[in-house]
Amino acid sequence: MREVTKDEVVRISLELNGKTVSGNATSRMLLTDFLRNELGLTGTHVGCEHGVCGCCTVRIDGVAARSCLMLAVQADGRRIDTVEGLAASKDALNALQRAFRKHHALQCGFCTAGILMSFSDFLSRKQNPEEDEVREVLGGHICRCTGYDGLVKAIMEAAAEMRGETPSNAGAA
Amino acid sequence: MGAGRYADDVATPRGTLHAAVVRSPHAHALIKDIDTSKALALPGVHHVLTGEDIRAISDPFLIVLKKPIDQWALAVERVRYVGEAVAIVIAEDRYIAEDGADLVDVAYDPLPVVIDPREAVSADAPVLHPDAGSNELSAREFTYGDPDKAFAAAHKTVSLEVEYPRSSYTPMECFVVVANYLRGDDSYDVLANFQGPFSIHPVMARSLRVPGTRLRLRIPADSGGSFGIKLSVFPYIVLMALASRVVGRPVKWVEDRLEHLQAANSGPNRVTKIEAAVEKDGRVTALRFDNMEDYGAYLRAPMPGPLYRMHGATTGAYDIRNLAMTNRVVVTNKMPASLVRGFGGPQLYLALERLMQRVAIELELDPLEVIRRNLISPGSFPYRTCAGALYDSGDYQQAIDKAVGEGRLDDLLARRDKARKEGRMYGIGFATVVEPGMSNMGYLSTINPADVRERQGPKNGAISMVNVNVDAIGTVSVTADLTVQGQGHATAISQIVADQLGLKPDDISINLELDTQKDAWSIAAGTYSCRFSPGTAVAAHIAAKNIREKVARIAAKQLNTVADDIDFGGGRVFSKTNPDNGAAFARVAGTAHWSPVLMPETDDPGLSETGIWSPPELEPPSSKDEINTSLTYGFVFDMCGVEIDPATMQVRVDRYVSMHDAGTLINPLLAEGQIRGAFVQGLASALYEEIVYDEAGALQSGTFAEYLVPTACEVPPVELMHIETPSPFTPLGAKGLAEGNCMSTPVCIANAVADALSLKDVPLPATPERLNALVCGEEAAPPAGISAEKPVSATAGDAAITGDGSVTVKASPAEIWKALLDPESLKHIIPGCHSVSAVTPEHYRAQVSLGVGPIRGRFIADVKLSDLNPERAATLSGDLAGPLGKAQGSGHVTLTPEDGATRIDYTYGVDIGGKVASVGGRMIKRAAQIVIGQFFERLSEVASGKHGADASANGSKSESRSWIARLFGGNR
Ligand code: FES
Ligand code: FES
Repeated sequence: MREVTKDEVVRISLELNGKTVSGNATSRMLLTDFLRNELGLTGTHVGCEHGVCGCCTVRIDGVAARSCLMLAVQADGRRIDTVEGLAASKDALNALQRAFRKHHALQCGFCTAGILMSFSDFLSRKQNPEEDEVREVLGGHICRCTGYDGLVKAIMEAAAEMRGETPSNAGAA
Repeated sequence: MGAGRYADDVATPRGTLHAAVVRSPHAHALIKDIDTSKALALPGVHHVLTGEDIRAISDPFLIVLKKPIDQWALAVERVRYVGEAVAIVIAEDRYIAEDGADLVDVAYDPLPVVIDPREAVSADAPVLHPDAGSNELSAREFTYGDPDKAFAAAHKTVSLEVEYPRSSYTPMECFVVVANYLRGDDSYDVLANFQGPFSIHPVMARSLRVPGTRLRLRIPADSGGSFGIKLSVFPYIVLMALASRVVGRPVKWVEDRLEHLQAANSGPNRVTKIEAAVEKDGRVTALRFDNMEDYGAYLRAPMPGPLYRMHGATTGAYDIRNLAMTNRVVVTNKMPASLVRGFGGPQLYLALERLMQRVAIELELDPLEVIRRNLISPGSFPYRTCAGALYDSGDYQQAIDKAVGEGRLDDLLARRDKARKEGRMYGIGFATVVEPGMSNMGYLSTINPADVRERQGPKNGAISMVNVNVDAIGTVSVTADLTVQGQGHATAISQIVADQLGLKPDDISINLELDTQKDAWSIAAGTYSCRFSPGTAVAAHIAAKNIREKVARIAAKQLNTVADDIDFGGGRVFSKTNPDNGAAFARVAGTAHWSPVLMPETDDPGLSETGIWSPPELEPPSSKDEINTSLTYGFVFDMCGVEIDPATMQVRVDRYVSMHDAGTLINPLLAEGQIRGAFVQGLASALYEEIVYDEAGALQSGTFAEYLVPTACEVPPVELMHIETPSPFTPLGAKGLAEGNCMSTPVCIANAVADALSLKDVPLPATPERLNALVCGEEAAPPAGISAEKPVSATAGDAAITGDGSVTVKASPAEIWKALLDPESLKHIIPGCHSVSAVTPEHYRAQVSLGVGPIRGRFIADVKLSDLNPERAATLSGDLAGPLGKAQGSGHVTLTPEDGATRIDYTYGVDIGGKVASVGGRMIKRAAQIVIGQFFERLSEVASGKHGADASANGSKSESRSWIARLFGGNR
């Protein structure tokens, strides 16, 4: 494992949304701050910085994780996916995105990126989730606007669409 | 998605510095001294500003009441709540700013604290604002009709005291300010996620000592929620503006969640004594309210809004003509209260709707029947309440009939019967709410007596402004006097404008950034109080209609017909009688730009209209204190069934039905989103969320681990229903609907809990702990030998945390004694210690870093040794203080030789406060155990002069927090 000293500025390279990028971080810089301020990817939001709200969720080597609980240096050499990468990809997000719009699953949208990242991971592992399971995963996120109902509906519908059960353009609004 | 333009995403100007705020760990104290030298010496720190600096260059904020309760952007002379801003550090980046904030050394002289508003008004309570003379800043009495007569003649009087708790709806995005002082014209350019009302803009400008035009406030295109709370970013707008002026660079500040939960704002807590004069059949003939509303430490404008926002509608959905009301405004040592969604409604209806249930119980009637007998009848709209509200429209009976119909109520009753037969605790609750929309900006003046109002001149109305612009190629853009919070306003506006102009909503470009220097705005601007549907939407309609009429006139001339014959649709403008005679909308609109010569004589060229809407119904208060507090009055009827788990006393909502009449629904999908969001917030107030202070004023709900926001797992299914009785007072017939469930759901659930447990008083939030205490009494002491976790708060005067333990260290008592008394060796022993200096041989000052959960910071520990019995025993006492919290305590240590080693026994007691106290007890306990272990491990190493000694801490399990941890907290 690499050792860094306090206040040392470290060059960090990572595979971000499929591209190799690098930037500078002090040893104590949070991954959220690195992504947002150093790399300029502001789609990942910060809602609590103590690991409860889920706004900052990204995928690290494919697995959804809270980027506010991680240091930038820990991401060195890893594969990180953020909502910006999702938006560029064709398949998964489009289904989720369409369903979110249709069910009004976002209002202020501040929680949305984190939720999309959690479910892009979850739905890739679980194609046919029960509503309870969706609620359980969603339970890792706080949304203050929607009351969650539209979110659950949207995610269930997106899962169905990704399984090919509904016409892929259903509900585009 | 992923391309938001939230305040913290916006690129900052070159050279921007970052600020961190130093906050008070005390609920009430005099500021003796602020030593900024260490912070200033830190490389990267540019400046530190204190209250005294601010005082010299700004004025205190204007407030609604004429009372000497000055508040500046930073505390001046005295702090009045935990978390109050005391200083700010401005540095190269946020990390350095926060380091610097830890190094600001503030000396306080603690003062007595008062938290409960009932105690705050007692004669011997500490007074927060001595110049005001009392903590009760205002007490106004109101009488409508003849309540005394009605009470004297009543069959019975039913009374109740309720307490609405403190809570907040914590938007996911915290406050953000980027302030830039422009020296050239002595003006401020500020980007902030402020959300109005813009009546606060003059308050900020006055504090900054500039005319309004020199405070340019820009609101970014996206906002991560507000629910009223973002109003309270305003003191920080002023603070960062001043900071920018002092340092000569732009200054950015982003609030963190811990700051938000301790100092942003919360809804006020209210104690209401309510009484009803009732007839045998359940008819209520009069009501008496005594409202005591606790605004926390300061009365920020536009407080005390919540106490008056519902004023005209105090009698709710009921036809009650006699009313007496006393409104008291009280201050206590808590964070200042301010706007929170619901704004006075939840507090009112908790009292009123709980009382209606009590009326039924005391008269042995059916609660729904009592509600029905008192409702305003459908034929009486528009209905003027006794306190002056003009209810626009409604059919409350029909709404209730539909909600309970189709077997819904029967199903609830059957569920309750079945549950009760099986011995389960099940209850049903109802709530009936009139939901105001679009506040009369004059309602707050009701707080002043009529003669004062007369002198000040009338205040009333609520002005909305929207601009619709059509450019030279016919594309349509809209700006509006509201700020985005995600209510789908853009969607609704584009629909309204597109409908008028025969275009598609996607053709309309909506820009809801707001810029006070370039956009049309008035004092009511912003997004709050459900002003969108009855206000801004109407202004949009007016502006679009004006454009439509102008384009029709232009088209009539070109198409050789009359304007009345012109219609719009499918992107075309055409003759109704001969639809083939038409032209593209863009082409006709372009005429206004390219060919003024073709304009009708009646019209000027150009195509831009500002719609201004101020409904005439919003009149100022009458000489008899009657006030039409809002323009529209929607209706909500909720009913629910709850079941309470006998083992945990957890309340589970089994079935919930919510019926709304919000007039014409502009967009049903958006309406549903608003209602569901409000429902979860109402549910949160009923069962989960509370801002908790202990008696010493320490905040106990400082993270999302203690402040429990419901997640998807806690939310029960809700059946939403609608009827529509269009408002005659708004051109679109729409009413506000985004706040109703914040008002109805807490009391609906409280009523159901009361029914389930046969309670008269239901404490909110109805947490398992509270219900357990009510139903089972306080928990009995555990049997000997079993640990009992002590609650974080203790009775005043006692140490909140006590404990004891013992540990064996491989060193002689003499070696240990020497190590404990030597500053150099203490430095190595105390985990997280940076330095120890001896003030006297028995008095040390240590600098330590402490970390508990998400909270981490530097503290100064003052330790005094007494009762010294060399090599045998000592008493240590002292206090620990830092930006993150404080602790006071004492402990006793005894040393007993035990063949070659020494057993150390210790007992301690400690009070903690500030941010540290706000993290969960479990986390503090864990941290304390780790620190104790480290302390003795290191003591053992140092005392024995070698490594590898196997000291093991083995404190009794009863220790909740370690005194040692408070004093010698470590972070690793
Ligand atoms: S910001 Fe990371 S969980 Fe809240
Ligand atoms: S949409 Fe606003 S927090 Fe979820």
